Amino acid sequence: MGRILLGAIVLATALAAQDMPHAFVGGRVIPITGPEIENGVLVIHQGKIVAVGSAAEIDLPDDAERHDASGQVILPGFVDTHSHSGNVEGGDGSAPMHPDVRALDSINVRDARIQKAQAGGITVANIMSGSGHLLSGQTLYVKHRDAKAIEDLFVYREDGSLAFGVKMANGTNSRKDPPFPGTRAKSAALVRERFLEAIEYREKVERAGEDSEELPPRDLGLETLVDVLEGDRVVHFHTHRHDDIVTILRLAGEFEFKVVLQHVSDGWLVADRIAASPHVLGASLILIDSPGGKIEAKDNRFQTAPILDRAGVTTGFHSDDPITDSRLFNRMAALAVRAGMPRERALYGLTMAGALMLGLEDRIGSLEAGKDADLVMFSGDPLSVYSQVLQTWVDGVKVFDRADPRDRLYAEGGFGASHDQQLTVHGIARGEFE
Amino acid sequence: MTRAASIGTALACLAASGSAQGQVAVRGEIVHTAAGQPLRDAIVVVEGGAISRVGPADQVEVPRGFRTLNAKVITPGLIDARSTIGLSGYLNQAHDQDQLESSQAMQPELRAIDAYNPRETLVAWARSYGVTTIHTGHAPRSLISGQTAVFKTRGNTVEEALVKPLAMVAATLGEGARESGEKSPGTRAKMAAMLRAELLKAREYDAKRAIEDDSRPDRDLRLETLARVLTGEVPLLVTVQRAHDILTALRIRKEFEIPMVLDGVAEAYEVIDRILEADVPVIVHPTMMRAAGETENLSFETASKLYAAGIPTALQGGFEPYVPKSRLVLFEAGVAAAHGLGFDKALRSVTIDAARILGVDDRVGSIEIGKDGDLALYDGDPFEYSTHCVGVVIEGDVVSEEAR
Repeated sequence: MGRILLGAIVLATALAAQDMPHAFVGGRVIPITGPEIENGVLVIHQGKIVAVGSAAEIDLPDDAERHDASGQVILPGFVDTHSHSGNVEGGDGSAPMHPDVRALDSINVRDARIQKAQAGGITVANIMSGSGHLLSGQTLYVKHRDAKAIEDLFVYREDGSLAFGVKMANGTNSRKDPPFPGTRAKSAALVRERFLEAIEYREKVERAGEDSEELPPRDLGLETLVDVLEGDRVVHFHTHRHDDIVTILRLAGEFEFKVVLQHVSDGWLVADRIAASPHVLGASLILIDSPGGKIEAKDNRFQTAPILDRAGVTTGFHSDDPITDSRLFNRMAALAVRAGMPRERALYGLTMAGALMLGLEDRIGSLEAGKDADLVMFSGDPLSVYSQVLQTWVDGVKVFDRADPRDRLYAEGGFGASHDQQLTVHGIARGEFE
Repeated sequence: MTRAASIGTALACLAASGSAQGQVAVRGEIVHTAAGQPLRDAIVVVEGGAISRVGPADQVEVPRGFRTLNAKVITPGLIDARSTIGLSGYLNQAHDQDQLESSQAMQPELRAIDAYNPRETLVAWARSYGVTTIHTGHAPRSLISGQTAVFKTRGNTVEEALVKPLAMVAATLGEGARESGEKSPGTRAKMAAMLRAELLKAREYDAKRAIEDDSRPDRDLRLETLARVLTGEVPLLVTVQRAHDILTALRIRKEFEIPMVLDGVAEAYEVIDRILEADVPVIVHPTMMRAAGETENLSFETASKLYAAGIPTALQGGFEPYVPKSRLVLFEAGVAAAHGLGFDKALRSVTIDAARILGVDDRVGSIEIGKDGDLALYDGDPFEYSTHCVGVVIEGDVVSEEAR
């Protein structure tokens, strides 16, 4: 109840800025779920998209504020399925699994990387803790609104509950001295053990029924794992090597959890296996400028994107901010095109694929009437190095405008452009990973 | 082997490969020479490893038997003006990391050529995108980490790859050079003090070595190297990010009248007049370098501001401690081009302007008769994300043809 009320307050604040409908006219509109529209019209009102179509089809509301978008390209806001912005933290070194730990309790909304994500046209992100644990904590799905407090970024699901997932990892990052696993087999064994514990917990709760005397003591971590077992929370699984990817498919099959494969460097080697798994919502890729940097990423290549896409895997991208720069998120799709991914599939990867992986496909990811008014306007081809993000809108509110000197500072960098920004990689401070 | 036999072997190799070593012709719809206006539909001929003819396709005759490659766009082979590849291996495991020896704060005697691995994956990777020359060696993050050298991105041995064995001596001022605990330097002022003391020592050593009597000191490779900086033969490459650290570097340069090249310079735009006044070139940080710590104020536009001020500038792939282990100077130049620098200057920053700063412009950096036949072939604007590098030529040999 409290959560719903809080959501209502945030919404009311946002609505004050958007009483009038806005109509964007004259631009090229790329709705993602339909053909591109030359001289398109997009009308938004009260945070939602009201109409999308060609100038000939759409009647502009009389009271609409008109925005001349000629020469521009309008797309749905980008969805980044994996970011470490806000200097997010997860569990500590006391245990390898922390399902009770929430990202939202650690995020600094004043981190300039939130503004930089806005400057890159990213309207929705999955902020999560690092991969140094088998399970580092709960993630947080955010909208990149202008925020004073973490609640300003929240995304609520239809039932009023907060939208988030769970971060897990396998491979080398989570292998270390006890109590952490020392081998890959031990990693899988510890995960199994914990999920079996959650199954028992669920059975105890079910057996207790209405009888509060019989209920086991509340365990927030096991509650979260039960949600994962029920398919209510998605696991975002950091993984690189082909055998680790297959291990995830095996675990997901055993416990029937829904999983988004994150990074998937070797995905091109096991594309068919990934495509065949009913538990995989999608694969979210990071395309890095050179192979390696860590032993598991030695075969990371741009071609992974077209190969997974062709195999039928829902294929999207993530910034892994700060590993790559949120302001150049479009570059990820462009490099996939360089490797042979069709343009429209790459643009889908920046938008709709991410929406599907976060379970928000009914609300975001495409320009369709009824969906959230999350938009990005480019100065030209969104897959060209020479194009700039001109504006970004979230829920019908402009959150980035390149014409505004303050916003331009975030877009280009310069003195003061990185306040509150720490360089952490997968939760590891800069000094440590060097 | 007799001379006749060796010629016979060479001819047999020729027949097998279908083309002679060091000779090729390339025809481009646009040839960016980095030495004047771009040429439309032009041919570049390389003979004996060097460029022998350049001009419009209807005027340049391709010698009989030469293989001809065609491409939309041809540029000089790209130059990465500051890298650590070949020393910092792509796996990022202890066994392939030779860019930084941390036992002492100042080790100018460490030679890049004793550590460079010409077969490293990242060298081949850079080559496949059109990078034919790299300035690489010891990394930043030590007061004086060691020497750098210039290589071509090919060769099975360091000698085959070598262009310039001692290019610069790499130093760092600021956060990167700070040591912890009782180890020095622990502060910025101590860094400057140690650097001054070592340069004074080298000056004295150099003077005493010149006198042939009993007082002549024994050879000291460390001081010998710094003496070459003091005599103006070798520049000190100073990695420095903060504005006040840049000024410290320039102060030391003035005191010792040494040649200096600034590296990184995230806050260059804050002290651009002082850099101009000092007349030092800048190898600016990779455009997409991460902003945090002492690079928090870096900007996509720094290269464009340096060019606008008339400061000799080059771009770099730089050093990275993690993923990606190396940045590609082609991509860094593309983002710079799109953020104020423009195509022409961005191309210069990774070709002729880089060559001049490295002192190798007599051999590389532009498509001109007599220079090394190093060429990069693209199927469109080289800086565009979706363009491919479709061919790479080093000294007339086609070293890559895979579309990348």
